[in-house]
Amino acid sequence: MHWVSNIVVVLLVAGAVWLARRVARSRFWRESAVELWRRRRAAIVVVGLFVLVALLDSISWIGGAGAGDNVTASRPRTIIDRVFQPETFKEESYSAPLAGTAFYGSRPLAFPGRHLLGTDILGRDVVYRALKGVRVALLIGVFTSLVVIPIALLFGVTAGYFGRRIDDGVFFLMTVLASVPDLLLLIALVMVLGRGTVQVCIALGVTGWVRFCRIARGETLKLRESDYVAAARALGASDARIIFRHILPNLAHLVIITFALLFTAMVLTEAVLSYLGVGIEGSWGQMIDQARNELSRTPIIWWNITAAAILLFTLVLAVNTIADAMRDIADPRTRREGQ
Amino acid sequence: MSAPLLEIERLAISFPAEHGRVAVVDRVAFTVAPGETVALVGESGCGKSITALAVMRLVPKPGRIEPGSVIRFDGRDILPLPVTDMRNLRGGKIGMIFQEPMTSLNPVTTVGSQVEEAILLHARLPAREARKRVVEMFARVGIPDPEQRFDAYPHQLSGGLKQRVMIAMAMAMRPRLLICDEPTTALDATIRAQILDLIRDLAATTGTAVLIITHDFGVVNAVADRVCVMYAGQIVETGTREELLGRPRHPYTQGLLRSIPRPEARGGRLEEIPGAVPRPGQWPSGCRFHPRCPVAFARCPVEVPGETRVSPTQSAWCHLVEEARP
Repeated sequence: MHWVSNIVVVLLVAGAVWLARRVARSRFWRESAVELWRRRRAAIVVVGLFVLVALLDSISWIGGAGAGDNVTASRPRTIIDRVFQPETFKEESYSAPLAGTAFYGSRPLAFPGRHLLGTDILGRDVVYRALKGVRVALLIGVFTSLVVIPIALLFGVTAGYFGRRIDDGVFFLMTVLASVPDLLLLIALVMVLGRGTVQVCIALGVTGWVRFCRIARGETLKLRESDYVAAARALGASDARIIFRHILPNLAHLVIITFALLFTAMVLTEAVLSYLGVGIEGSWGQMIDQARNELSRTPIIWWNITAAAILLFTLVLAVNTIADAMRDIADPRTRREGQ
Repeated sequence: MSAPLLEIERLAISFPAEHGRVAVVDRVAFTVAPGETVALVGESGCGKSITALAVMRLVPKPGRIEPGSVIRFDGRDILPLPVTDMRNLRGGKIGMIFQEPMTSLNPVTTVGSQVEEAILLHARLPAREARKRVVEMFARVGIPDPEQRFDAYPHQLSGGLKQRVMIAMAMAMRPRLLICDEPTTALDATIRAQILDLIRDLAATTGTAVLIITHDFGVVNAVADRVCVMYAGQIVETGTREELLGRPRHPYTQGLLRSIPRPEARGGRLEEIPGAVPRPGQWPSGCRFHPRCPVAFARCPVEVPGETRVSPTQSAWCHLVEEARP
């Protein structure tokens, strides 16, 4: 299955290039992008690094030098795997960051002073594990948003635009979902669907669309009454055309902001799920969950949980500050007319 | 006289209220001949805008055109038409301009592509051809640098230019009828005359009939051939521009004309019609204008006035006019 991930990387890069060219062509989007870069340079660089790590961790192939035993030799390994060589670059058990000897007992380490953040109970390098979590986190954020945004737009826009029965139906659905505790529903869904990445993302999406749906519905209600929609009707435009030409483009800024906010919310929710034991394999949440007993040891083993928490915190903070700036830029009240 | 382009008979439009439905427009009837400009005049809330929307069959829900109403366009009753036929009519044969040029354009797409859309909705054209027609249209409505303005966003244009874009949009398919709902109300006084000139010239050169909704007798004087005065959801007087401005018969029309500021009356108090337009559902009995009418008499609150022809082209719905007739 590793080629699927390779193809996705190629598609993503191609999509990013296409998007950049689209943005560069439209004056509004170009100016917004430049303004965003001006305001949130550091956060964008941080997110860019995370994305880079995730992409490097997604390109994989079989074979090549440095493979360990026969089992790993027949498995596809990513660029990150090849850089860290986790099959050989490991200890027997805990090692403190940059330590020369093992944490328990003082036997010499295989790689003294080279584990920047130490190793975990099985001797795995913590930097490596934390970096492996980047891809999982981004996958959760992007996949879930891809589930949430279409569902929320479909329900929200049709409910807001057509009103009446459809609105009643969607509103009922939203109210029912909102009245069930999120976490219970999530755990139940994960149990039913299974524990894979896609399954967890779908579960997160199914429970997470309500809020954005409400926003999309409200905005559509407002746009439906706008003069340019009336003008489009007077020109003989059909409902579908009005939705695609006039409603959805005017929701675009909301979609972008929601994407950024959802992204972080979902990464955090997954951490909670991992803590409850139903998360995704290899996520930061799982690292934190596994490390929680280590906090009660003396001397304390802090590097596992710290590594995962810092990366989680950095990603969420960076994306949130970008989302914040995006909202300021896209909000017609803070930026309008004659720029 | 040629057959009318637009014929409205017994038009009634109702909205739901606490107790049943309330007619906001009632027994409205008028015609627009090809190439003619008709003004629909009245105070805010008299039902003139909703009448214009009814011609497009765009009365906002939960409002409804009552059965029995007839709107004939080009000899065809449009009220029973299927929605797809109606969509072809809108923008194709009937164009419409709105009051607020500031908000009538979609802020996130270029004005050129919006006018282009108006063309592509009704004609299968290659994109290049459509763009050429948009630029032509821009030039015709007097937009400077039409090529560059194609890619401008609405916020980059002034109110007057935006209204020109709206006119270009409405006229792009050379409609037979152009409906203008208060086209100059939101514009500066200097721009107002330009826009009115433009509408008049376009209508004259293309032979388009115009139905203009306004509360401003200046606009009426500038463009209208015939005038219908509306009060409380009904037409109270119709006639040619000269007749209505020169010899208004209905006390309401007379009051409206008296309340226009005049240079020779400088310093004096501006005359006004006392009271306000009654709300729909609270129409007075008999003649709806009688509580505000300076010359009302015993018949007025009891009896609904019928049409009184005072000339072949002028009619008033007023008991006084009827009794004064020889």
